[in-house]
Amino acid sequence: MERLFDFSDYDQLIPLVQNSLIAGLLLGIMGGLIGVFVMTRDMSFAVHGISELSFAGAAIALLVGLNVALGATFGSIVAAIIIAILGSRAKDRNSIIAVLMPFGLGIGILALALYEGRAANKFGLLTGQIIAVDDPQVFWLIATSLVVVFGLLVVWRPLSFASLDPEVAEARGVPTKALGIVFMLLLALAVAASVQVVGALLVMTLLVTPAAAALRLTSSPLWAPLLSMIFAVVSVVGGILLALGGGLPISPYVTTLSFAIYLVARVIEKLRTGTKTKQAG
Amino acid sequence: MATESVLEFKKASLSFGDKSIWKDLTLSVAKGEFIAVIGSNGSGKTVLLKAILGQLQLSGGAIELLGKPVANGSRAIGYIPQHRQADTGLPLRAKDLLRMGLDGHRFGLPLPSSKTNKKVSEMLEAVGATDIANTPIGQLSGGQLQRIRVAQAVIDNPQLILADEPLSALDLKQQGLVAELINSRRQQNGAAVLFVTHDVNPVLDYIDRVLYLANGQFRIGTPDEVLRSDVLSKLYGRSVDVVRNQGRIAVLGSSDHDHHDDEKWL
Repeated sequence: MERLFDFSDYDQLIPLVQNSLIAGLLLGIMGGLIGVFVMTRDMSFAVHGISELSFAGAAIALLVGLNVALGATFGSIVAAIIIAILGSRAKDRNSIIAVLMPFGLGIGILALALYEGRAANKFGLLTGQIIAVDDPQVFWLIATSLVVVFGLLVVWRPLSFASLDPEVAEARGVPTKALGIVFMLLLALAVAASVQVVGALLVMTLLVTPAAAALRLTSSPLWAPLLSMIFAVVSVVGGILLALGGGLPISPYVTTLSFAIYLVARVIEKLRTGTKTKQAG
Repeated sequence: MATESVLEFKKASLSFGDKSIWKDLTLSVAKGEFIAVIGSNGSGKTVLLKAILGQLQLSGGAIELLGKPVANGSRAIGYIPQHRQADTGLPLRAKDLLRMGLDGHRFGLPLPSSKTNKKVSEMLEAVGATDIANTPIGQLSGGQLQRIRVAQAVIDNPQLILADEPLSALDLKQQGLVAELINSRRQQNGAAVLFVTHDVNPVLDYIDRVLYLANGQFRIGTPDEVLRSDVLSKLYGRSVDVVRNQGRIAVLGSSDHDHHDDEKWL
């Protein structure tokens, strides 16, 4: 138990992880917002696919001694472009992602096997880092999150229209295809940023789970993104704070919080529909 | 009624490979005109709408919307799609779907605005949907959703309403209500309506003309001019009976030999 939670020296530890907390807050805001579109566009699987190629990019960057963040972003963007071009129909998209994913993972594993540096660096790319986000990395995360959040705010309305009601949006002259590509690029950036904190295998805990929980609770286009954002921020920042003392990766804490929120959301939904049926009957 | 033309087909032809869907279609749709597009499955009704929306390349001729060649959709068009049950779990309520017809194309956030809210609630009232304004679209019945669809299509005062089988999957009573709603909005807005349907009866009282597609050919005219045994027999190239009974019209034996499900009362 002491390895899991250790709150001694907490007051001295907090300033040390200030960077991580800022990164976590921004990741949460970004992940929660874009997650709503991931859900409405049915792109959960694409998130997974992009994250594996992002991992491959990061692993290659690690091997050849380049900036890991840059590698992760490059891998993500390549994956997003391939999925956007080849997978405009949902059915094609899933098979293309399924084909890309193991390839990306394989390349990444190869690069890591050849890498002779610290083992923690290797493992971190797949399952998340120990709490130590350095200054250049935090700068990178801040920049990426800001681009994604700002980009989403600009295209929010037409992207919602194109995601929720594509046939009518297209008839009304909304450039649904271009918006789809813009969305994939924003998603690629979001994935690349998340991979560096929670790891390639667990990206969905930030980009899917909070939005899925929010959509269990509300159908309001205002409350869904707000709740999703709150859930994601609570998961990441809470996860970092809980992980602080133990020296373990933050990802299990983040994923557990995020999953618990989802469970609670389902229970609340169940209770609500239960009372409704009773009232009706 | 003004004779100003909203939509012009100029010898428009469409073919997929060797198969000609329709050829040399020339038709001028006037402001406020209600035209039913009918024909059996595969006769090119839905692709006609896609061509107007600029989603299909013509193989010949041109289609002009308000004097300009059609582009990828247009804000002058209100579009009513076929009824399809909406997914549950989407962050979208009836009033949100409706609002997208008004400002969904604009950049930025859908910030609350009293002007927009007023338009949306007026429209909800006009289609008798005030009580379902906050219902998630996944929970709407077929008739409710199609009423919202009509409202969404007309809220931005389009000059052309395109409806793609908007009544399919609705029961007779709902068909009547939705058809009446489209017609009343047309009368108020002066928009032209192109109404694709396999059953002309729910809109028979409202339509000015019929565009009948079959066998890569077409006939245009008033229902009395087109929906006749001799005219349709010539169009299909074999004997077809048009039967009128108590104000309803049925076309018998109109199916292509491989579409037996069409051998029914139209």
